[in-house]
Amino acid sequence: MVAVPTIPAPVVERRFWWLLAAGVVVLAAGLAGAWVMEHEGHIATGMNNEIVWGTPHVFAIFLIVAASGVLNVASVGTVFGRTEYKPYARLSGLLCVALLAGGLMVLMLDLGRPERVIVAATHYNFTSVFAWNVFLYTGMFAFTALYLWMMMERRMNRYAKPAGIAAFVWRFVLTTGTGTIFAFLVARQAYASAVLPPLFITMSLAWGTAVFMLVEAGFARWRGAPRAPEFQRRIARLLGIFVALALYLVAVYHLTNLYFAKQTAFERFILLDGGVYPWLFWAGYVLVGSVVPLALVWRAGVTERGALAAAALVTVGAFALLYVFIIGGQAFPLDIFPGYEVTSSFRDGQIAAYAPSLPEVLLGFGGVAAAFVIALVGVQVLDFMPDEGR
Amino acid sequence: MSAPNANGTTLTRRGLLAGAAALAGAALAPGVHLIEIARAKTGEPVSSKVRWGLLIDANRCVEGCQKCVSACNEENGLEGGTRPVDVQWIRKVELKEVRTGRKASAPVMCQHCAKPPCVDVCPTGASFKRADGIVLVDRHTCIGCRYCMMACPYKARSFVHEPLTQQKPEVPRGKGCVESCTLCVHRIDRGERNTACAEACPTKAIVFGDLNDPESAISGRLREVQATQLRADLRLDLGVRYVGL
Amino acid sequence: MARIARFVLGAALAAAALAAGAQGSRVPAPKYTVDQSTTCVAPPDVMRRTHMQMLKHRRDRTVHQGVRGGDEALTRCLECHASKTTGAAIGAPDAFCQSCHQYVGVKLDCFDCHQGKPGAVRSVAARSP
Repeated sequence: MVAVPTIPAPVVERRFWWLLAAGVVVLAAGLAGAWVMEHEGHIATGMNNEIVWGTPHVFAIFLIVAASGVLNVASVGTVFGRTEYKPYARLSGLLCVALLAGGLMVLMLDLGRPERVIVAATHYNFTSVFAWNVFLYTGMFAFTALYLWMMMERRMNRYAKPAGIAAFVWRFVLTTGTGTIFAFLVARQAYASAVLPPLFITMSLAWGTAVFMLVEAGFARWRGAPRAPEFQRRIARLLGIFVALALYLVAVYHLTNLYFAKQTAFERFILLDGGVYPWLFWAGYVLVGSVVPLALVWRAGVTERGALAAAALVTVGAFALLYVFIIGGQAFPLDIFPGYEVTSSFRDGQIAAYAPSLPEVLLGFGGVAAAFVIALVGVQVLDFMPDEGR
Repeated sequence: MSAPNANGTTLTRRGLLAGAAALAGAALAPGVHLIEIARAKTGEPVSSKVRWGLLIDANRCVEGCQKCVSACNEENGLEGGTRPVDVQWIRKVELKEVRTGRKASAPVMCQHCAKPPCVDVCPTGASFKRADGIVLVDRHTCIGCRYCMMACPYKARSFVHEPLTQQKPEVPRGKGCVESCTLCVHRIDRGERNTACAEACPTKAIVFGDLNDPESAISGRLREVQATQLRADLRLDLGVRYVGL
Repeated sequence: MARIARFVLGAALAAAALAAGAQGSRVPAPKYTVDQSTTCVAPPDVMRRTHMQMLKHRRDRTVHQGVRGGDEALTRCLECHASKTTGAAIGAPDAFCQSCHQYVGVKLDCFDCHQGKPGAVRSVAARSP
């Protein structure tokens, strides 16, 4: 790859300031949404005592799962020795940090008492995955920063592989942890399943690769950096493999659920007659988010346009799946009295209603904007792009 | 000194004193134990000698009656609303068996599990089980993440969605924290051994008492009737038991 | 050499500016009224320094160990420390807790949950039928 930018540096810089302004505006809107939520209480959102985790969690979990997966591009190069991926490793590390920071920002600002993050950092109950996550996430930042340092400091290059392996292992533990957040909920029909941790791993690989493709292409366009068509083809094929793996595990999750008599009503709700949820699942995740991207990337002559379209559709499908998983999973009532029809003032036995509100949606996009701003500033200030730093 | 007695064994003074002390200790021990229980009431830390629980008889529960709910709201300063964002510590559930059409009703609240899922998942340890079995939220440490609400099998917990101003002085509660039935812990700790809901029930369908004390009313009743636990398949060993469901 | 001289001059100017600024914008000292005829659980200078730890320790004893009432209760503090005008420890500039906390700039979130007015604690005798 020849490192000759086709756009002069002052133009790149001017574009940087416009892009930064756009990112900061969305970030500010997100922070405003968080301020309203914190000041008025969660009554300003669409969340309630039935749907306790809503749109912010859909965004946050996407960002956190994608953060883990985006580092895979670097791991394929460093850990698995595929040299054509190595130039992309630095950007992959930066995006991991950026996406993780954005996701954590959304989670922490959605807390009922966000001013108590200090309490969360000083009081630990180690049977809780959330408590473990404090260490797993800060560790992820530390290991990725270390890995980036090893890759970017020429004298430390020989330590890049051990650092990469450490980050790779840590990533797997972290994403397994994200899956167990839900897997440990023994009473909820949507969640208590041992297939969730591996499912989250495959989702992270698919979504992380998709996000990487989109961001790398976007940043290269901004900076006038040359593209490597062979790499685009390879990573598009890799995306296809990961999307297929994730689809496989989603199928396994639903098929095993269908086999349990006590789960049939829930599966019927999610897959057939639950209103918006079956639509989002089949049209949003399966069709738009999995089948169409697979068709695009597994064609004989996949173009860059086709690959990027696939990546964008995978991202859309990710949000659809998370909405169904997180919100649909809570909408179906708990089965406290098997064999009985129940009614109560607390909506026992009723499907819960949920509508996203403006503050929540702004907060979600604010997290995306935070990740964008961190990545943007990083790329402008240091040599993260694949054609730089030689 | 020692003196041989008729059987040939020797009884030393030391042995006599030791035997007398043991005998006296054995005689006094039950009394000491009773004093311990008596003292573990107010002003002393709670202990696991006691396990508070409820026995709810759905056969006596009247369909449409809300007296336990009103009493709980009044006692704890709850607003009493029923919007999806409103807090409910106890609710009346009307049941109809699908196969037979048989109707029943019962109040449902925090089941005060011995193995509470909400305690397992709380990141800060704010959701905790007290030594005497009452499962509570320490609102000083609660960060409002709502993970416990996801984990509870009984939908017992509510989140406070708005700022509050009319709290009862003995029941502090506020925006941004999660809460649920406290078994009227502020009453229990002051020696009033009954919950507001049990007191208010006109048919005495709710009985409150010490599950560890074989002489208590609740233990006596549990020996007579078959009581079940909600979602018994989860094996959480609940403090709240039901008859007639 | 010139760099050091510039640094020292800058630091001196900054210190002078700070001192001048501080003179002109003093926050008024807290004014509160409290019933002086009774004594608190500890002398005022001890309370000023340690009431945070004291409250924290007592709240843990109450919540986790069920030791309630008497000197443990926040309502007991409020019996003396509630302001005459608002009947609470917050809600007015001369309210006991609010006046000092406003002065030192430390957020008071106790009364988000705790009732700021003293409450009558019912005894068992009062409730028996």
